[in-house]
Amino acid sequence: MADNKFNGTSSYITTDDLSMAVNAAVTLQRPILIKGEPGTGKTQLAIEIAGSLGKPLYEWHIKSTTKAQQGLYEYDAVARLRDSQLGDDKVHDIANYIMRGKVWEAFDSEVQPVLLIDEIDKADIEFPNDLLRELDRMEFYVYETKQLISARHRPIIVITSNNEKELPDAFLRRCFFHYIKFPDVETMTRIVDVHFPNLKKDLLSEALNAFYKIRDVRGLKKKPSTSELLDWIKLLLAEDIPAEALRSDNIRNAIPPLYGALLKNEQDVHLFEQLVFLDRRTNPQ
Amino acid sequence: MLIPFFYMLREGGMKTSITELLSLHEAMQSGLAGQSVDDFYFLARTTLVKDEMHFDRFDRIFGAYFRGVDDSLSDLMQEVPEEWLQRQAELSLSAEEREKIAAMGGFEELMKALRERLDEQDERHEGGSKWIGTAGTSPFGAYGYNPEGVRIGQHGSRNRSAVKVWDKREYRNLDDTVELGTRNIKVALRRLRKFAREGAADQLDLEDTIDKTARNAGLLDIRLVPERHNAIKVLLCLDIGGSMDDHVRICEELFSAARSEFKHLEYFYFHNFIYEGLWKDNRRRHAEKTPTLDMIHKYASDYKLILVGDATMSPYEIVYPGGSVEHWNEESGAVWIKRLLRTYSKAIWLNPEPRARWDYTPSVKIVREIMGGRMYPLTIAGLDEGIKALR
Repeated sequence: MADNKFNGTSSYITTDDLSMAVNAAVTLQRPILIKGEPGTGKTQLAIEIAGSLGKPLYEWHIKSTTKAQQGLYEYDAVARLRDSQLGDDKVHDIANYIMRGKVWEAFDSEVQPVLLIDEIDKADIEFPNDLLRELDRMEFYVYETKQLISARHRPIIVITSNNEKELPDAFLRRCFFHYIKFPDVETMTRIVDVHFPNLKKDLLSEALNAFYKIRDVRGLKKKPSTSELLDWIKLLLAEDIPAEALRSDNIRNAIPPLYGALLKNEQDVHLFEQLVFLDRRTNPQ
Repeated sequence: MLIPFFYMLREGGMKTSITELLSLHEAMQSGLAGQSVDDFYFLARTTLVKDEMHFDRFDRIFGAYFRGVDDSLSDLMQEVPEEWLQRQAELSLSAEEREKIAAMGGFEELMKALRERLDEQDERHEGGSKWIGTAGTSPFGAYGYNPEGVRIGQHGSRNRSAVKVWDKREYRNLDDTVELGTRNIKVALRRLRKFAREGAADQLDLEDTIDKTARNAGLLDIRLVPERHNAIKVLLCLDIGGSMDDHVRICEELFSAARSEFKHLEYFYFHNFIYEGLWKDNRRRHAEKTPTLDMIHKYASDYKLILVGDATMSPYEIVYPGGSVEHWNEESGAVWIKRLLRTYSKAIWLNPEPRARWDYTPSVKIVREIMGGRMYPLTIAGLDEGIKALR
């Protein structure tokens, strides 16, 4: 088992609790449910698990119209009707018109795969309940061809949720759960390090400083997250902004450069500008 | 051995199930938490807690229960024979430390001192603000004698850092059972969904296609139906200004949730009570008034009416003509609201004041009577009840 442990990768930093949750889920072959603020790398986690354990990845992205059945299989009745019109021989075998879904593909994998069910909360409220048996027993029944499909190797299932809907208890009981909390300064430094290894030390600390200050502003509708920070640093580097421009005493009376990458909401930008303006009036330098 | 802990979690109001307890045992059996309390804490959290709102509660219970236990988990499973411990301790101690022990009167004395120290610590914590602070005697506090515990002479920095994880209570602000977020409101409002097929036919109707094709002697005849979508229509009337100022935030949340949830949402504002005019923009309330009769005529009776207000005013404002605080109304508010209720049979009143206070205000009583009892508090539970009444 020792070589099968997940401890983050060269491009993905995990905390101890996250790797424990992942390893528990991998060992006991249960699905793991990942929640957290948008932009904290929930989807990325599945990709990294697959990469670091050397397993194939199947991604199933959920939309508001997605039905549980679509992950298993779909019966293409229209194609069969059409073929019957054309007198195609395929029409006699119903199996020709069964379209495999992502779950089936994962169940059929030669080696143990990683299955990502992304943003499960986007689907209808009943969606998770429709997948209970499939996630528990890792098998389902195809009524059209009367076959029972069971997983060759129980896949490592990673489920992400943005908390837009509450998930049913029966579903939660079957999963391990991890909440990716917003990284602290130390972890954040490691994350930025991994993405921009050649970043100058002072620029990084000033950028992080400014970033956490913006996150601390009360009343922001959408706080900037890790992915926004990484984009911002990318911009700072591209524009060759010196660290001095981000200096903290500067920030008190000037808006940090390229803040459009951090604040994505018109009202937030407005609020922020007002705060800076107020601050400048009360503390003239 | 984890069963008392399990019951403590349940007493603490967490809905931990037997399945989850069993999977924790299973996980421990496969050696996932062999190394440290930290690992055990993470493992227990990932198996037993399924909502970040409960992380803080879990941290507190975990802290209260496992205080005094440190890195070795073996003592969770069994009491360790003392001679073995002594040997282990001696192995892990440096020569200096062994001398110190000897100076303190040997190993047994040390154990006693250690136990005393642990007891002391328990008492100190008992005095703290921990809510499960009863008899700080966690069953494991007495198990202070374990190989790692002996190292307490080094001030167990590892020990302390391990405890910190849950003692930090990082998830404190997530455990907010009272506050309503738009998300919860949306989930509550979603129960009001009623799907109907309307608009352009762009989805395949499989059954009808098969049926028509069969009737067509096998010649394919594709039939389409419009997509299903939420066809509920809502008329939202909000009290604004005056005593409602305290409730601005919650009304905003309700409003924004309703706006994103219903395609057919019409909203109007009123002040204190509904009379002959309503307005859409509060800043131009005097200039741009919509006559209430126009509203009734424009929006048909299939709209569902939600009135939001604290219904706190002088009873005159409801029952007498000319009772309005702002203008002279020819007809009383009661007449107007009855007129509304005649058109909109599905109507509720949401009151942001807590239910317990309703009985003290005569005007709330009057409104409740007029509404036929369909007044609900503006909380998630109240919203649920109200939505039920609307269906």
